[in-house]
Amino acid sequence: MDMLVHFFQSIPFDQIVIQSLNGIVTGMILALVASGLTLIFGIMDVVNFAHGELFMLGAYIGVLVLASTGSFWLALILASLVVAILGAALQIVTLRPLIGRDPLNTILATFGISLVLQNYALWQFGPVARKINEPITTHFNLFYLEYPWYRLVIAGLSAAIIGSFWLFLKYGKFGVWIRATTQDRVMAQAMGIPVPWVYTGVFAIGAGMAAASGVLFGPLVGVNHAMGLDWVLKAFIVVVVGGMGNLGGSIAAAILISLLESYASIWVNPSQAVIVSFVVLILTLLFRPTGLFVPTPK
Amino acid sequence: MTRHSNKTYWIGFCVVMAVLIVAPLVLPEFWRRFLTEILIWGLLAMSSDLLIGYTGMISFGHSAFFGLGMYGAAAALLMFSPPNMWLAILFGLAAAILVAMFVSYFSTRLRDIYFAITTLIFSQIFYVIIFTWTEVTGGENGLAFSRPRLSFPGLFSTPFTSTTLHWFVLAVVAGSYLILRRITQSPFGMVLQSIRENEFRTRAIGYPVERYKIVAVMLSGTFAGLAGVLYAIQNKFAAPDFVYFLVSGETVIFNVMGGIGTLVGPIVGAGFFLLLRELLSRMFGDQFPYLIPLGFIFITMIIFLPQGIMGFARRWLNR
Repeated sequence: MDMLVHFFQSIPFDQIVIQSLNGIVTGMILALVASGLTLIFGIMDVVNFAHGELFMLGAYIGVLVLASTGSFWLALILASLVVAILGAALQIVTLRPLIGRDPLNTILATFGISLVLQNYALWQFGPVARKINEPITTHFNLFYLEYPWYRLVIAGLSAAIIGSFWLFLKYGKFGVWIRATTQDRVMAQAMGIPVPWVYTGVFAIGAGMAAASGVLFGPLVGVNHAMGLDWVLKAFIVVVVGGMGNLGGSIAAAILISLLESYASIWVNPSQAVIVSFVVLILTLLFRPTGLFVPTPK
Repeated sequence: MTRHSNKTYWIGFCVVMAVLIVAPLVLPEFWRRFLTEILIWGLLAMSSDLLIGYTGMISFGHSAFFGLGMYGAAAALLMFSPPNMWLAILFGLAAAILVAMFVSYFSTRLRDIYFAITTLIFSQIFYVIIFTWTEVTGGENGLAFSRPRLSFPGLFSTPFTSTTLHWFVLAVVAGSYLILRRITQSPFGMVLQSIRENEFRTRAIGYPVERYKIVAVMLSGTFAGLAGVLYAIQNKFAAPDFVYFLVSGETVIFNVMGGIGTLVGPIVGAGFFLLLRELLSRMFGDQFPYLIPLGFIFITMIIFLPQGIMGFARRWLNR
């Protein structure tokens, strides 16, 4: 009994609240990255290895726009637009010729793109991390911490972007085309939907979402050329755990994994906390290889 | 395969071997080391060709096998004095096989893209462990050790020179090549190729596909570990950079550039890649981001030349 009491007393509740908040904030950003990835996969059967690099480029464009105009919100919008156009161009040049070939070819092609983009960023911007200033600098008190409002704003904004994207898929004309193409590519084409352009549009939307999350996340850590790989790995884990091509599952998995990592970082250092998400992945693969958040296949 | 083409094959094999045996005697020191390095990276790429080219599974995690081979060798070389080459090979292979067992058990449950991602994530796990476990692995700095002697118990023992090291590496690589070639032509290899062509039909015929895949990943991992041991012996250090994703990525690039499903192709691809890199850094300086032009070449090759250099050459020769 004594031991039990002691155990409960030793749980640092304040830290748990703080880490829950942190976990939800990073979880929402991760969900934004992963939903682009899972959208591109669900519709095009393309695993976009360059997704992390689009995230990274978005952050860098954010840095540049912020430096020249001083407006964070303009940076957010411009970065998403520029990267969306870049994504469309990349899709037309490299992925469109590969339609109908073995899907493994597209992994290799996007891997090539990620190499080029990452090394371009290193060459252009150098290895030193850049900083994006927070647009909102006020804090509120949370136990002994001054918690920045900006983090909550990020979570809210990510949720808003994902929500409006969901509405767009549900009610927008192009959104309906996207869903139709997901369900039956051949039939959609027969009904007059320009499937190749749906592909391009989807890739552009995914790229723009990645860029937006890059700009939003920029103020929390520095912006550097290698940040893409960490994120794309996490997003891959999220997408596998949530069930590939399943938007709701990805969001749930993103929040679950980020929360677990935040809790783990109470006890171990953050670079080791990453292992928690790996463990979640392994367990998922063992017991539920189709994803945690999809109905059991009959 | 007809008798005639078989004969041509062996003549070609002997000619290439002869050239590679003579090469270190003619080449200056730098290029001698360079050639040895191409052979080692070629062995790594060839091991992954067993998966990419013959079983149709892209592994983005070969750096884990390679790196663990390296650290295994490092452990043997640091624990025993005097350092023993055979113990290094034994330890390196054991480490690589253990890792391969672990990785293959989980990753072969998934197919295609999922397999690629899972292997990538597993290699990252080992990277994080090696990077953060400083007391054992030396962390970011890695481990340095002295090179063992080239020894055959009871026969002779002599320190490695760059020429004998080259011959030793060549012997190992050529041996591995012959073993891998035999494997791909065996009934086992035929089943792997039928998994590549049509996994569901292979399963329907009654082959336990998962078991075949696990064995394929383990075999591939073993040879990748062997390449790691050779690299450790050549460079006298082990570093976490070699467990990092970039090495896996380059392995895949070697395969695609050289031509998948040919075994020789990946070695050619490694040579092509490393030569181009050397050329670019000589022309534009060390800081030149060589991966940008190489990445462009890689993407262009995937679109226009998916069969790689060897596949292209083979088709051109047969015309």
